[in-house]
Amino acid sequence: MRIPILKLHKYLLISVQVELDDQTALQFQEDLLNKIHQEGSLGVVIDLTSVEMIDSYIAKVLGDVVDMSNLMGAKVVLTGIQPAVAITLIDMGIMLHEVPTALDLEQGLEKLQQELED
Amino acid sequence: MGIQSNVEVQTEWGIVSARQAGRNLAKEAGFSSVDQARIATAISELARNIYLYANNGEIIIEFLENENVSPPRRGIKITARDEGPGIDNIRNAMEDGYTTSGGLGAGLPGVKRLMDEFDIDSRSGVGTEITAIKWLR
Ligand SMILES: Nc1ncnc2c1ncn2[C@@H]1O[C@H](COP(=O)(O)OP(=O)(O)OP(=O)(O)O)[C@@H](O)[C@H]1O
Ligand SMILES: [Mg+2]
Repeated sequence: MRIPILKLHKYLLISVQVELDDQTALQFQEDLLNKIHQEGSLGVVIDLTSVEMIDSYIAKVLGDVVDMSNLMGAKVVLTGIQPAVAITLIDMGIMLHEVPTALDLEQGLEKLQQELED
Repeated sequence: MGIQSNVEVQTEWGIVSARQAGRNLAKEAGFSSVDQARIATAISELARNIYLYANNGEIIIEFLENENVSPPRRGIKITARDEGPGIDNIRNAMEDGYTTSGGLGAGLPGVKRLMDEFDIDSRSGVGTEITAIKWLR
């Protein structure tokens, strides 16, 4: 299963609509980095509205995606994290430090614009 | 009520099946969406540990109902069992950030916090059995 990556000007938009199994998560990591490289993207919004569970493994893959994208020069904003997911992540002691987040895609794009202006 | 679900964990797909089975049972049992996520996440962590460290094993998810107390107590019990290498030092393994595989080391201490009861029985060279219960409030 592949997660579609949409291009909008200098940004990439991803809405994760599938159950994030390991293979899908790793494939996504690779696809996104390739796309950032190809398109010279400045920013990425990953929308997690439909994701019902994030365990330590998926959290690590997401955190790595953010770090890798930053290394390549693209800022990443995570959006739409469900309340239940936020609560379990904190219970688990997993803090996505230094990862910008926003409520939804629209606010995520605004945040990207702000970050890129600074 | 004898609702129970057994899932073999041999591949990554076993991890997905186990957590989906857990979420479904938790939903049927009437757990809140937050507790459903907690139960599914705990199962995912235990199943992944089986897959990573023991290669294979099983996850058993049971609905518990104790009529002998008042009010009756209901909950979900997760048993994760494998015949892998066992955990040498349980105290270390239960510490936040302790990992032998380059992970976050959040799995076992996380499961303990996500669930209400947690028990671990592991013997070197014999295997590991972890049980965890979440009670319905
Ligand atoms: N079923 C098991 N059999 C053998 N060793 C285990 C088992 N489960 C856990 N361990 C050991 O306990 C350590 C801690 O497990 P824990 O799940 O907390 O962290 P992790 O798996 O290393 O990382 P994370 O779960 O955050 O991805 C593991 O690194 C491993 O050495
Ligand atoms: Mg683990």
